[in-house]
Amino acid sequence: MSEEKQCQCAEVQEEELYPRLEEVINQHKCKGEDLIMVLHKAQNLFGYLPRRVQEMVAEGLNVSLNEVYGVITFYNFFSTVPQGRNSVKVCLGTACYVRGSQEVLDKAQRELGIKVGGTTEDRRYSLDVVRCIGACGLAPAMLVNEDVYGRVKSPHLVDILKKYE
Amino acid sequence: MIKATINNVEIEVPEGTNILWAAKKAGFTIPTLCNHPDLPPGGQCGICVVEIEGLPGLKRACMTPVGEGFKVKTHTPRVMATRRQLVELILSDHDTSCLTCVKNNNCELQQLASTVGINVLDYTGLREKLPIDHSSVAIVRDPNKCILCGRCLEVCNNVQTVHALAVNHRGSDTLISTAFDAGLGNSVCINCGQCVVHCPVGALYERSATEEVWEALHDPDKFVVVQEAPAVRVMLGEEFGMPVGSLVSGKMHAALRRIGFDAVLDTNFAADLTIMEEGTELISRLTSGKNLPLITSCSPGWIKFMETYFHDMIPHMSTAKSPQQMFGALAKTYYAKEKGIDPEKIVSVSIMPCTAKKFECQRPEMNASGYRDVDYVLTSREIGRMMREAGIDIKEMPDEHADPILGEYTGAATIFGATGGVMEAAVRSAYALVTGKELENVEIMPVRGLKGIKEAEIDIEGTKVKVAVAHSCGHARALLSKVQDQLAKDGKSEYQFIEVMACPGGCVGGGGQSWGSNMAKRARRGESLYAEDRSLPMRRSHENPEVKAVYEKFLEKPNSEKAHKLLHTHYYKRSAVDGKILPG
Repeated sequence: MSEEKQCQCAEVQEEELYPRLEEVINQHKCKGEDLIMVLHKAQNLFGYLPRRVQEMVAEGLNVSLNEVYGVITFYNFFSTVPQGRNSVKVCLGTACYVRGSQEVLDKAQRELGIKVGGTTEDRRYSLDVVRCIGACGLAPAMLVNEDVYGRVKSPHLVDILKKYE
Repeated sequence: MIKATINNVEIEVPEGTNILWAAKKAGFTIPTLCNHPDLPPGGQCGICVVEIEGLPGLKRACMTPVGEGFKVKTHTPRVMATRRQLVELILSDHDTSCLTCVKNNNCELQQLASTVGINVLDYTGLREKLPIDHSSVAIVRDPNKCILCGRCLEVCNNVQTVHALAVNHRGSDTLISTAFDAGLGNSVCINCGQCVVHCPVGALYERSATEEVWEALHDPDKFVVVQEAPAVRVMLGEEFGMPVGSLVSGKMHAALRRIGFDAVLDTNFAADLTIMEEGTELISRLTSGKNLPLITSCSPGWIKFMETYFHDMIPHMSTAKSPQQMFGALAKTYYAKEKGIDPEKIVSVSIMPCTAKKFECQRPEMNASGYRDVDYVLTSREIGRMMREAGIDIKEMPDEHADPILGEYTGAATIFGATGGVMEAAVRSAYALVTGKELENVEIMPVRGLKGIKEAEIDIEGTKVKVAVAHSCGHARALLSKVQDQLAKDGKSEYQFIEVMACPGGCVGGGGQSWGSNMAKRARRGESLYAEDRSLPMRRSHENPEVKAVYEKFLEKPNSEKAHKLLHTHYYKRSAVDGKILPG
């Protein structure tokens, strides 16, 4: 019951963001060259770029929808799925990879039931990979939000994740 | 002029000429994969690399203009090794199931691999098996065959301005696909098939109906009728090694009869009928002054484009169906009645230079006869394949006529296949319908030729009618935007009648025509249609005796109530997001 309520609440919140997106778009009306800037702002607003946002941006900036989609899928920064409350990033840089971060990543995917780039249904976690966070001495390393974890072994992973609501 | 040498052959070319074309002048063909004579060079594939004395590295011939005194070498050991490696890398990630590929023997990659001398495949790439896009009723896209050369993007986005395709994702995941990867059938794709005829490999092809047609032909209970569009008769010869633009009307009828169609009729008959309906419509609009300019509606690619991007122009569209659909509606009504055949048993097949016709025939409103008016559409390429399978060589066929009572045609009908043809045919008959006199000189030269937008002023006994003709959707977009502006500003446009064809060159350049189409070939096919027009005893649609008969026996008169029910249609507003019909 409580979950259902929460879900509705989230939807209402997203609905309220659209007028604000419209304001952003109006500042860049018909300026196709501002596409990336507008997508940045839109993602800051929504946390991701749902289909309706892409359609509004395309129409407002007078660029084709396929171009918007092409740009979004090219850049890692942009996401078409909602982001979780906690961002989990496993480092796949050379040092971490050599020390077994792929195993950590596989475990994370299994535990969370999502693939890289995905978000859990309860929006608690999003999972991504990064290429080197400058913590090679601690390899294999991972990040949860701003916190760095070093020498991560896959059995530790569950305990780490549990700390984040 | 710039002087240079290519493999020690001296050449002189205008400034700005790229090395690829300059080499041709010197007698060398530099291999390339992404370059196309009608499209600007993009430099994606890198196969055309050459060495230039004194310059570091290799240069892409398509992207490098010849400089004064350049000493270009096109087949040094370094160039040849690089080219081979590039081709090998492309092949490493390519689905090389050539034997079962629709492009087998017509594939530019296959030819290139042989040209550069690949005899072993040393690398094996990821070769991930990606799903084939079957979402469209007209066009299939197989990403496993795609080499990311970008020709389809160029033609879809810049020539046609449809914007259905884009480069999505990144790196080894790069995929040419539609917005949201939703598939062509769920996109703004207008099914024109220009991507198909520009694709160098087998990544894009028509959704084939040959199996269904064979089944109907082999079913003794079915009566299979066939119609052929004007542009088909100037292309089919190419499928059998005849020179580009060979006119094979009679041979085509003979070949179809030998394949086993029960009645070989002709879309050209319906083209003459279209002129009667559309010409009458033009006159009534000129008289009332309402909803001018009148815009032609024969091209189904253009129709979907208009419904998506110019739906405010719907009141200006001719309500006349395309010849294919007029034919379909008559085949299962008038023809069935006159010949005493149960329309239930009629299978109506059309042979078209077009992939969008496959979409048109399955539009839900195209069932005026009470049945699906046209059951199957085959492209020119598909009927070529069927003929080969049946062991028929069109070169060896005698010249035969189409069957009555939907088979007779005039010169006005046959020029429908070239850009400007519908306009010219309409003017020939409109003149007679208005004045009661025949136009002396039936050849209206200003609307012929391959200029993107053509204009002419026609004098119908003192009434001046300004007409415009656009071919390719990019040119149509430019022309219609101008008309929109004029209508918004002055409430009327300078034009009274506009012809639009979705494909460059008109139907002769359609997406269902032979692989490797280019503007030079389109021009030659168009010229052949004009030659057939000159050779025919009747050159005005209203002279067609079978058209006269259909009005006398069945439809009463042009634009009658019955004609409206069977031969006219309506249009929808479509979403610029997914091409689906919008409510209201």
